[in-house]
Amino acid sequence: MLWNTLQLALRSIRRNLMRSFLTILGIVIGVAAVITMVTLGNGATKSVSDQISSMGSNLLIVMPGQRFGPGAEAAPPFKSADVEAIHNQITAARLVAPLVSKAATVVFQANNWSTVVTGTSNDYFQAGNWEIAAGRSFTETEERAGKAVCVIGESVRDKLFGRQNPVGSEIRIKQFACEVIGLLKAKGQSSMGSDQDDIVVMPLRTVQRRLSGSQDINRLTISVKEGASIDATKQQLTMLLRERRNIAENEDDDFRVMDTRQIAETLTSTTKILTMLLAAVAAVSLLVGGIGIMNIMLVSVTERTREIGIRLAIGALEREVLLQFLIEAVVLSSLGGLIGIAIATAASIFLAGLMNVPYLFDPGINLLSFFFSAAIGVIFGFFPARRAAGLNPIDALRHE
Amino acid sequence: MSDAALIRLSGITKTYGSGQAAFQALKGIDLAIDAGDFVAIMGPSGSGKSTAMNILGCLDTPSSGSYEFEGVQVEQLTRNERALLRRNYLGFVFQGFNLLSRTTALENVELPLIYRGEPAAARHAAARAALRQVGLEGWEHHTPAELSGGQQQRVAIARAIVTRPAVLLADEPTGNLDTHTGEEIMDLISALNRDQGITVLMVTHEPDMAAHAKRVIRFVDGKVDSDRRNGEGA
Repeated sequence: MLWNTLQLALRSIRRNLMRSFLTILGIVIGVAAVITMVTLGNGATKSVSDQISSMGSNLLIVMPGQRFGPGAEAAPPFKSADVEAIHNQITAARLVAPLVSKAATVVFQANNWSTVVTGTSNDYFQAGNWEIAAGRSFTETEERAGKAVCVIGESVRDKLFGRQNPVGSEIRIKQFACEVIGLLKAKGQSSMGSDQDDIVVMPLRTVQRRLSGSQDINRLTISVKEGASIDATKQQLTMLLRERRNIAENEDDDFRVMDTRQIAETLTSTTKILTMLLAAVAAVSLLVGGIGIMNIMLVSVTERTREIGIRLAIGALEREVLLQFLIEAVVLSSLGGLIGIAIATAASIFLAGLMNVPYLFDPGINLLSFFFSAAIGVIFGFFPARRAAGLNPIDALRHE
Repeated sequence: MSDAALIRLSGITKTYGSGQAAFQALKGIDLAIDAGDFVAIMGPSGSGKSTAMNILGCLDTPSSGSYEFEGVQVEQLTRNERALLRRNYLGFVFQGFNLLSRTTALENVELPLIYRGEPAAARHAAARAALRQVGLEGWEHHTPAELSGGQQQRVAIARAIVTRPAVLLADEPTGNLDTHTGEEIMDLISALNRDQGITVLMVTHEPDMAAHAKRVIRFVDGKVDSDRRNGEGA
């Protein structure tokens, strides 16, 4: 009976190609939209967390002030002595890189480019997972003497030198000339959307003397030793800095310590919210697809009711008719779901490539949208049939 | 009207609606039909002849009365048992043909056999034989839309007889056909009754068609008005 009924169901699908196609279409669009949105959202989340880990893991970033933006400057900056103190007293600190940043225009021959010049130590490259693509980093002498040397990022190289090798050339920054001694390997866009390779790095002392004109340090990047507790280190660091900055017991910190994990959490939670938002929009299209199916099924109910009447008249049992319609609905919905998954996979891979995010297959959303679409198809395909199969055969036959 | 009648109706009534709007289509029908008979049921519109036919065909249930088919009390059967009775003993031909659209003649004729669970090969052979019997050899793979009215009715007859039913019920089988085609269909039905001994119950309002029957029952206002034999038929 099952085999026969299956044959009947498949025959009926083949016979009503237009209706079958439209039924499938609604499901295909809904399923494909939901899966594509969620997959791309997951890819974006992954790409954000990847970029954060490319910043370096186990990083603590210390800035003066409690918040970003205006008002942050009110808090006193750090001094070189702070860097020394952290080096000496925080045993878990593997590297401590001081940072001073200044916007400046750099010039090479006829080309000029506005960028950010960062003064720091060699620790910065290690802590930030930077690799030297050509040339070298600073020597100890250069750092101590504050020599006019710099390591440039890929974007700066591109703007000033084109494809040329910049190592050994001299660029002009404000009033002084600076020798390019190294080129950093490209990192690409940061999770905030800024270009990480748009950078010129000089020894801290060079920037302090020639650009900022003060001993101030705007930021500290501390790399914590492998295996050491980030939270404990953070606490020690906070205590040390409070002491050094003479902050009374009942006063708030006038600086802020962040770790990369925290930043990662903030950013990924943002992209996760966006993903959910997109998925919600896509879920609406799945619902609209479901309504489309419902319409098609209801429109064809008259024809189907007569068909059911014929089948009952020639001796089909109610349950045989129902089983046929159930199989039909399940086959159509599953087919729609599978096609939707296939389209979503192709679209996700294509769009992920376009958007530069990794493609991540998410079995959960595939299963969920598949079963949801199957449920819609079965409910709207089967229940009208159930009503018709419960009629007297003659009433079903006469249905107008 | 022997005791061994194939079909026996006693006191069958059928009421549609209820209360003030109630309409009694059948007002107590007593009838016995022997195996092998060819009965034409005639009467004006609204006389209840089609209602009686639907009850005889187990497509509808009476409001009261008893319907005995080969000794079985039909009104006591469940829905499924009535379906099985239709499947195994009855064949239907309707005025509107009632073929499945977009479905070939062969598949339409095969349908009752599918529900009987016959294997595919036997099904095809029987369906082809039935189509040959109604003169539609070579038309197996045409859909109803590609067939004339007479041909569609032949497919319907083939579908009705493919299961070798005891009774063929035909409700205005020539109602949608021209006179010439109608005569051909009547000849076909007469031949089935004559050569294969199939009991035929036919509703018609055309005396020319009723002339093919052996017995003519006339309904008026939900009651049997007259019941006479046609001699040897036409």
